[in-house]
Amino acid sequence: MELLAFGDTGWGDELFYATLMTIAVSITAMLIGFLFALIFTPLKLSKYKIFNFIGNFYTTVIRGVPELLVIYLFFFGGSGAIMFVASMFGYYEYIEINAFITGSLAIGIISGAYSTEVFRGAVQSIDKGQFEAAKVLGLSKFTQFYKIILPQVLRIAIPNLSNVWQITLKDTSLISVTGLVEIMRQSYIAAGSTRDPLFFYSFAAVLYLILTFLSMKLINRLEIRYSRGF
Amino acid sequence: MDLELILNSLPKLLPAALVTLKLLISSLIIGLVIGLGFAILRLNKNIFINKFAYGYSYLFRGTPLLVQIFIIYYGLAQIEYLRSTFLWAIIKEPYWCAIIAFSLNTGAYTSEILRSAFQTIKVGVVEAGKSLGISNKIIFYKIQIPIAIRQSLPAYGNEIILMLKGTSLASTVTLMDLTGVAKYIISTTFKPIEVFIVAGSIYLFMTFCIHNLIKFLEKKYSFSN
Repeated sequence: MELLAFGDTGWGDELFYATLMTIAVSITAMLIGFLFALIFTPLKLSKYKIFNFIGNFYTTVIRGVPELLVIYLFFFGGSGAIMFVASMFGYYEYIEINAFITGSLAIGIISGAYSTEVFRGAVQSIDKGQFEAAKVLGLSKFTQFYKIILPQVLRIAIPNLSNVWQITLKDTSLISVTGLVEIMRQSYIAAGSTRDPLFFYSFAAVLYLILTFLSMKLINRLEIRYSRGF
Repeated sequence: MDLELILNSLPKLLPAALVTLKLLISSLIIGLVIGLGFAILRLNKNIFINKFAYGYSYLFRGTPLLVQIFIIYYGLAQIEYLRSTFLWAIIKEPYWCAIIAFSLNTGAYTSEILRSAFQTIKVGVVEAGKSLGISNKIIFYKIQIPIAIRQSLPAYGNEIILMLKGTSLASTVTLMDLTGVAKYIISTTFKPIEVFIVAGSIYLFMTFCIHNLIKFLEKKYSFSN
């Protein structure tokens, strides 16, 4: 137990901050994922074949390639790509991107592919009459979507989004390979310096279990909230 | 875009893809046995056996695969007692550790898939078997299992693809699978995009094959035939 003490003698505070980091990366990645879903869901539902192709390409590639490979692409290719863009604006110094940003972006793109599929399924399962009724009422395009379609989409999507959240949360463990100090990385450091990997990795597993358990409870509440009237 | 690197890395990545396939197939086979075992335990009426099986699947589905591999590869080696038994020969090899971790992980997901498949079998089917005077054992093997397999095929197909992606984690315990070799080439050439295209295409090709195989099996075992 003294291994988990807070302060200089134990790893308690380090692991606590690492847990916060995991939560922060997961939330950022999930939000980036929503952003991607917001772009690619309309593409997948579009009437035009070329947009469909772009949308399908994104979801198929990301869901068919291992997360770790995507992370390596961003980790090794991220700063190169940024420097290339910067060089077009006449900036030639070396740019190093923060591990947090690369990590959340990589996980966000992965999570976005799953979210896109969830939203596509949810929009498609909404009765066509709802769209027509909204149109007939003479609502603006924005109100149609925001007040009529979106609440219904959310109700259907939330159970599946909760799965996406669990996947995203677990995927963040993979960013430890880039050196960002989240739960896995901190356990790795602690295990290395105390020579007690069994304890620290098991403790990491417990931390993840607590996170998944708590988030499940929270999402269940959301589900109830959005199912009002059904 | 460096075409030469793409062509040069292909002969290095293809043998590595075989390692990935080997890992995938062995852990799927062991995982299926584990999954079937735990699915049967989940359907048991005894609350302790039931809770035990639920705990297993909760534990392995609630934690990242990376943690599981690390616990097995780095963690288990720490237990003095294990070192003196024959198990040590298995645990000291990263290859076997990866297979153990993958099998236990996919076993947990498979048990959930099979459990829900067993639960959706209509009571009438089992009753019909009983009224024909078929023994419980034969009802299970000849009626329930074939129906459950058909029911769980789509979900199991997804699980195979998830596992294919999961095998990439073997590279974190020094195994040179497809991702491991890809990372090695990236870190020596600093050309991530080219390597990603090649390795990604190999993965996508495998995903494509699995997807079509499952589709074919679904058609073959569909009820209408």
